Amino acid sequence: MAISFEHVSYTYQAGTPMATSAVSDVSFAVPDHGYLAIIGHTGSGKSTLIQQLNALLKPTAGEITVDNFTITPKTTNADLKPLRQHVGMVFQFPENQLFEETVRQDIAFGPKNFGMAEADANKLADAMLQTVGLDSSYAERSPFELSGGQMRRVAIAGVLAMRPKVLILDEPTAGLDPQGRQEMMTLFERLHREQGLAIVLVTHQMEDVVQYAEQVAVMRDGRLVKFGTPAEVFSSEKWLRENQLDMPQAAQVAQRLANRGLAWDALPLTADQLADQLAARWPRKGGTHV
Amino acid sequence: MENIIEVKHLTYRYQADDPRPALNDVSFTVHAGEWLAIVGHNGSGKSTLAKSLDGLLPFTTGEITVGGIQLTPETVWQVREKIGMIFQNPDNQFVGATVEDDVAFGLENRQMPRTEMLPRVKAAIARVGMSEFAQREPSSLSGGQKQRVALAGIVAIAPDVLILDEATSMLDPQGRREMLALVRELRQTQHLTVISITHDIDEATIADRVLVIDDGQLVDEAAPATIFAQGERLVELGLDLPFTEKLKAALRQRGIEPPADYQGAAEMEEWLWQSLSNT
Amino acid sequence: MSNFIFGRYLPLNSVVHRLDPRAKLLLSFCYIGLVFMANNPVSYLIIIAFTLGAILASKISLGFFLKGIRPLIWLIVFTVVLQLLFSPVGGHVYFHWAFVNITQFGLVNSGYIFIRFLLIIMMSTLLTLSTQPLDIATGLASLMKPLRWVRVPVDTLAMMLSIALRFVPTLMDEANKIMNAQRARGVDFGEGGLLKQAKSLIPLMVPLFMSAFNRAEDLSTAMEARGYQDSEHRSQYRILTWQRRDTITWIIFVVAFAAILATRRW
Repeated sequence: MAISFEHVSYTYQAGTPMATSAVSDVSFAVPDHGYLAIIGHTGSGKSTLIQQLNALLKPTAGEITVDNFTITPKTTNADLKPLRQHVGMVFQFPENQLFEETVRQDIAFGPKNFGMAEADANKLADAMLQTVGLDSSYAERSPFELSGGQMRRVAIAGVLAMRPKVLILDEPTAGLDPQGRQEMMTLFERLHREQGLAIVLVTHQMEDVVQYAEQVAVMRDGRLVKFGTPAEVFSSEKWLRENQLDMPQAAQVAQRLANRGLAWDALPLTADQLADQLAARWPRKGGTHV
Repeated sequence: MENIIEVKHLTYRYQADDPRPALNDVSFTVHAGEWLAIVGHNGSGKSTLAKSLDGLLPFTTGEITVGGIQLTPETVWQVREKIGMIFQNPDNQFVGATVEDDVAFGLENRQMPRTEMLPRVKAAIARVGMSEFAQREPSSLSGGQKQRVALAGIVAIAPDVLILDEATSMLDPQGRREMLALVRELRQTQHLTVISITHDIDEATIADRVLVIDDGQLVDEAAPATIFAQGERLVELGLDLPFTEKLKAALRQRGIEPPADYQGAAEMEEWLWQSLSNT
Repeated sequence: MSNFIFGRYLPLNSVVHRLDPRAKLLLSFCYIGLVFMANNPVSYLIIIAFTLGAILASKISLGFFLKGIRPLIWLIVFTVVLQLLFSPVGGHVYFHWAFVNITQFGLVNSGYIFIRFLLIIMMSTLLTLSTQPLDIATGLASLMKPLRWVRVPVDTLAMMLSIALRFVPTLMDEANKIMNAQRARGVDFGEGGLLKQAKSLIPLMVPLFMSAFNRAEDLSTAMEARGYQDSEHRSQYRILTWQRRDTITWIIFVVAFAAILATRRW
């Protein structure tokens, strides 16, 4: 099991009168090299959940396993460096973490913190710059003179440069234009497929969930209310409405056709799935089809 | 229809010697009462355009007229009386220490006597459904709530034009939907002309007309349906593809030829149903 | 940080909370004078009674005040010991060695200093616990108004103070996010030697400043769009009104002050 949560709870300011529970009794497991999407409303506990994956927050109860690492309430700070290198974390608006004089230095910052020699880290930085789709002319530039979208790529390169095996993404496409969003999601998909990077994606974009995720966790008021494949999670329109979650658009169209009497093999979730099923039952030209 | 805004040959350079102007010879008009969407990818110059309309950036050449007043350094405050703007980041436009203080901010600037301010602030906050939050500080509000407060600030001032400068882009889907519904409603009750700078397909769908800005130039101007029928090109222009267009592309790949015109979800569903049962 | 009581606001509904911040601010200043006027047991009893009365009226439990004193305890002990050891000669000498004299005078004085410290800390803690920072700012601005006559830009200062207060939580939140992001990139905040610790602050401070500048730019654009030209030509939505309870509070205070002047050993 690459990632597993066992009865994990997290309470802010535990043991004080201000204690507030953010995550309670969450258990699930994701296989090696998985692609997990976490969805749910703002304030449902998604961010608290993912920050426990690299022990920025330590669970107040329960146990988290990430590959060979185990995080419990008793985990001490001394054990964390290898874990933080193993689990890369791209926060919301990651461009806000840039601080070095040049793009190359900023990307090399993480690897150097984890003990890599300067020359090696710089070489790695140049390679990562390419991975995120920026050419080497950017390496010597100040990160602060780049556009917002370019800054975000640099920040992501800085996380990838730590060579993590698990990549946590907290709404990585927020604020980008549609083209930028598409390119960003394609990049993560490529890393997942080609390098076997396990991905945990926190998002509000249902279209991205059905397109990319292999498993989906639905959070509500700090609890895990559903866990399964996209097909399982998006199967019931009624349940989604009760939990105020959007249905993917293909599923909406399909559902409306179903309401008029069309029976689907399985509810299509993406435009391609919908088109496949439509094409299969499309009347042949000439009207000879029954 | 009467024009509330007229823009003629507007050119803007961030630096005087910039070879590529951020806005290059842009001309268009906005009709009173319409909803105009301005789309374009990040860096296309659409936000520059929005700020120019309110005199927030001193343009180099061209002419802007708002409500019959030509925008000059002398008339800029008169023009700002007619325009209310909401920006992208909910946090960075919340000036007041509490909700009511923030809604009052614009009125204070206009030196409105306090006795007039009190009922106006109260009514404006009620109008956007934030009455129970009137005493709250911004740090205890969600992004969507902060944008509501910004709208209350607009309601209090009662301008003719509302400019949304990517005002929904940092909100979650629910916050975005709620805000758009509120703007639609306010447009009716407050008789607003709305200009929305956006990437959001739903926001563009509401519009009567869409302007497309690319590389500082106005490249297209048409009704949403005409713009949306352009398929893949939309992504280059900074808009997401409407789902119906995505589905059409997927169908074409499978040898099914859908109608060329843009269709909304309901029309698409109807066409699919007809085609499938037409045997 | 959460143990630090001084400077925090405790929202309760009490007479003290509802007092005009100007009344409270002015009273807190004058109170310090009052404390320094007292110089015998009777006058101290009067002040202690006044202070306890104020605390009681605020409905804030005494525990909060004791917590508020804790971080300052070493400063108090240090001053008291200094006073005890090096006070001028007078009264009975209990102990003498080189420069060090422990005298009856010194003993009494250091006792008084201890009480003065406690009282002043308690009163200023009461001020901040019972008054929102924003109200303190508004009150200060209002009290500073006469300075307009000597060309101090009071309105601009007040606007700056109010905006600064409004952005404190926003920037704290931002700092927290940036720290987490850098921790995830392998930074250990607050570990290692002094130099290493100072160096680890750069990845926090640079982004924090950048973000603050960006916010300031956005904010100034938004303010301009909302019709802000300068701070002088504006009307005021938030005003302070002096009420009867403020007058009554001041009458009590003046009576206490008079009683101390009367009982004080001149």
